[in-house]
Amino acid sequence: MITISLILIGLAAVLTVFRLIKGPSLFDRLVASDTLSVIGMAFLVVLAEIVQTASYMDVALVYGIVGFLGTVTIARFFMRVSK
Amino acid sequence: MTIIGEILMLIGGIFLFLGSLGLVRMPDVYNRLQTGTKASTLGAMSVGLSAIFLLPGAAGKAVLLVIFIVLANPIASNTIGRSAYLSGIRLSEKSVSDAWGAQEGSKGEMVEGEAAEASGSGSAPAPSDKKGA
Repeated sequence: MITISLILIGLAAVLTVFRLIKGPSLFDRLVASDTLSVIGMAFLVVLAEIVQTASYMDVALVYGIVGFLGTVTIARFFMRVSK
Repeated sequence: MTIIGEILMLIGGIFLFLGSLGLVRMPDVYNRLQTGTKASTLGAMSVGLSAIFLLPGAAGKAVLLVIFIVLANPIASNTIGRSAYLSGIRLSEKSVSDAWGAQEGSKGEMVEGEAAEASGSGSAPAPSDKKGA
């Protein structure tokens, strides 16, 4: 079950990277980047369960916080209000 | 206990994969935002909940992770969608309704509309006042 879940997470990362490369506008790439950060966080949780080490949960939490802050900052930075 | 955790992890992996599949298949920024954030939120929540059963030493951290995912992902998706709309990204041709664009005449009046809606004195008179003015 863990192997199937890892394969699915890897396929999800591949599809997200495809959208990250191909995306027509900046916001498509931003959505793909946000999704990729969530997928990376889920992968770190799965890794913590495989190797039975609780420290990877801290890594996953910090990775999620950094990804969230980066996404929000880039989205706010590129918001242009057109009157 | 272990079988519950593995089933939760499998559900999480399936939802993460389906969310990324929607991210490739959908035609629009907003539809991609829908699939790429909601399905991924459910998948990451499920994977985080599986850590409670499969790694009991880190159950507190797993609960903290799930709470963080629930709080942070909708905020990120809301910010991306709002900034994409304000930057003038068009909806796709297949879209059937644009509630924000139909409600507001121009995009600059958004703050006023939010203030009128937040005052809560009935939603019916507020748009008529704005259309009259």
